[in-house]
Amino acid sequence: MIPLSWYLILSATLFSIGLIGFIIRRDLIVMLMCLEIMFNAVNVAFASFSYYNANLTGQIFVLFSIAIAASEAVIGLAIVLAIVRNTGINHSDEINSLRG
Amino acid sequence: MKEYYILILLFPLAGFLFNILIGRFLSTKWVSCIGTFSIFGSLIVSIFAILEVFQGKTIEYNVYTWILSDDLKISFGYLIDQLTAVMLFVVCFVGWLIHIYSVGYMHGDPGYSRYFAYLNLFVFSMLLLVMGNNLVMLYFGWEAVGLCSYFLIGFWYEKKSASDAGKKAFIVNRVGDFGFALGIFLLFISVYSLNYTDVFQKIPEIQGKTLNLLGWHVDLITLITLLLFCGAVGKSAQIPLYVWLPDAMEGPTPVSALIHAATMVTAGVFMVSRLSPLYNLSEVALAVVAITGTVTAFYSATIGLVQRDIKRIIAYSTISQIGYMFAACGVVAYGAGVFHLYTHAFFKALLFLGAGSVMHAMAGQLDIYKMGGLKKKMPITYITFLIAALTISGIPGLSGFFSKDEILWYAFASAKPYGKFVWILLTITAALTAFYTFRIVFVAFHGKFRGTEEEFKHVHEAPSIMTIPLIVLAFGSILVGYFSIPHFLDPLLGEPKLVAPDEQKKMVMAFSIIAGLLGIAIAWYMYLAKPTIPEKLTNTFKGVYKILWNKYYVDELYSFLFVKPTLWISYKFIERFTDIRIIEGIVNGVPALIYKISRLIRPVQTGQIQHYAIFMILGIIVFVLMILSM
Repeated sequence: MIPLSWYLILSATLFSIGLIGFIIRRDLIVMLMCLEIMFNAVNVAFASFSYYNANLTGQIFVLFSIAIAASEAVIGLAIVLAIVRNTGINHSDEINSLRG
Repeated sequence: MKEYYILILLFPLAGFLFNILIGRFLSTKWVSCIGTFSIFGSLIVSIFAILEVFQGKTIEYNVYTWILSDDLKISFGYLIDQLTAVMLFVVCFVGWLIHIYSVGYMHGDPGYSRYFAYLNLFVFSMLLLVMGNNLVMLYFGWEAVGLCSYFLIGFWYEKKSASDAGKKAFIVNRVGDFGFALGIFLLFISVYSLNYTDVFQKIPEIQGKTLNLLGWHVDLITLITLLLFCGAVGKSAQIPLYVWLPDAMEGPTPVSALIHAATMVTAGVFMVSRLSPLYNLSEVALAVVAITGTVTAFYSATIGLVQRDIKRIIAYSTISQIGYMFAACGVVAYGAGVFHLYTHAFFKALLFLGAGSVMHAMAGQLDIYKMGGLKKKMPITYITFLIAALTISGIPGLSGFFSKDEILWYAFASAKPYGKFVWILLTITAALTAFYTFRIVFVAFHGKFRGTEEEFKHVHEAPSIMTIPLIVLAFGSILVGYFSIPHFLDPLLGEPKLVAPDEQKKMVMAFSIIAGLLGIAIAWYMYLAKPTIPEKLTNTFKGVYKILWNKYYVDELYSFLFVKPTLWISYKFIERFTDIRIIEGIVNGVPALIYKISRLIRPVQTGQIQHYAIFMILGIIVFVLMILSM
């Protein structure tokens, strides 16, 4: 049986990839994808803990989290689409009209 | 019964509220009915009150406690004694006639209902002033008449000169009222009461006490009475605060009649007479009152000699006649002063309403040198005006003679050292009065018309709604002198002590008659017999004429002394420093400060979403480390 730590290492690796990708990539679509990766990293951790603790709550949470991730993706994509349509920009460093 | 006398006050107040609130939606007929009948109601009720006073009763009734605060207890109550009775009659009766006259005079004015509302409020304020049984009510009425005078002088507010004159009246009165208020405060802290009866009971206690004023020991009663007299000087237009009254001519003519005859300017004389027990205790105050009055009487009569504006001449004559009243008060002959107030109300109202009638016929023309020969076209106005002129000149048999002679006699016979001075100056003034009044009569009503043919055709007698009040007032001017007011008031105001023997009364009388006749004769000689003389005199005494014509340059002097410095300070200090530096400094400085501080911390918000993400992660790491380290 695969030990829990492997799952957690996978989860942490995925999360780090998503996080670093979110910070260093400028493309809005890629940033959204990185967000999804982070979500799924957390989902992996949830599911594995659930399995090892023989408690279904964690897996139910995963379902919730997937639903939320889906709606978040919809809103995020809609915003990105709106930005691109209105300004023609799809790089986050060029969007700075809220600068103080 | 006595609780019903509050109706005297309520009628005009109701008339005011009615006309100011709904008058504008109603036809002029309603407005004038309400306006005149409210005063008529007051007149009827006050006649009942006067009849009761005739039976020797004094009506005092406290309606309710108005202000109650520790020692200060002021009730809303009225006191009707002999003095109030005289005032009630004057205010209600003359005021009522002026209201009736106004119906004709103000016909077709767009502010008709507003006019009647203010007129009612004016009468209400004056009635409050004379009926109150304490100084606070007197003060309330005092301020309220000031307010109404402002409304009515500036009635035609779209005219710049009228609104300026209204402001001038208000501000000049404020100067006097400031002293008046101080006097009331000082009286209160001296005797802890403001009710007349209580005050008069307690004043012997403070007699002789002094007050340390900037190191000077001033007699307390003298200070109180002089401060109160400040208010009288403002309201009754005496030197040095008389300047508002001639300008008050900007208002509609019946308003001038109301201000000059029935209300407002007589308030000062009323106040001094009402507080006569207080004034009697201060020789200094009496001397100030007498000399102010006398000098004002003479001074304004000299200005009246050369003016050309018919209303201004009469205005200066009012200042002069009020001076007579104060002079009488100053020689302790309060009764004579009030007597003159009472007769003056009739003939002065008549003079003004006559002048209004002339203006009505001449399309607002005021310059007497643009009139002339009006007597054929306006016989009723002419005869009534002539009666008023004869009365003010002190022709025997008419009311003005009795009251003026009374004042002159009391001044002559007074035990006061300044009595003779008052008498001499007032006798000369009597001649001047007769002269300038008959100057109007001869120039405006006699001789040839000096305007254009067309204007002359337009001249017509006033409608009967205006002439009837004139006729009634003319009868009043003739007859009211036969009722001896001083005798009636003696129980209240006391009889002055006389040092001259009674035989000399004839002599004083003769002098006053001669002075009056002389004035008329000179006016006749100069303006009818030899019309070239005035011009010659003007050319010979150019300097004197110029000074008189410019009213001794007092307006210019006040402008230089008070108005210009005030404007200068307002501009240089208040606007430039207080307003711009301090107030705007604070208002603009606080946001500027916030702006500066926020500029320092603004760069935190870069607008870059990734930076925010980094900050979030750093924050999470910090928290995680904190949890792990525990």
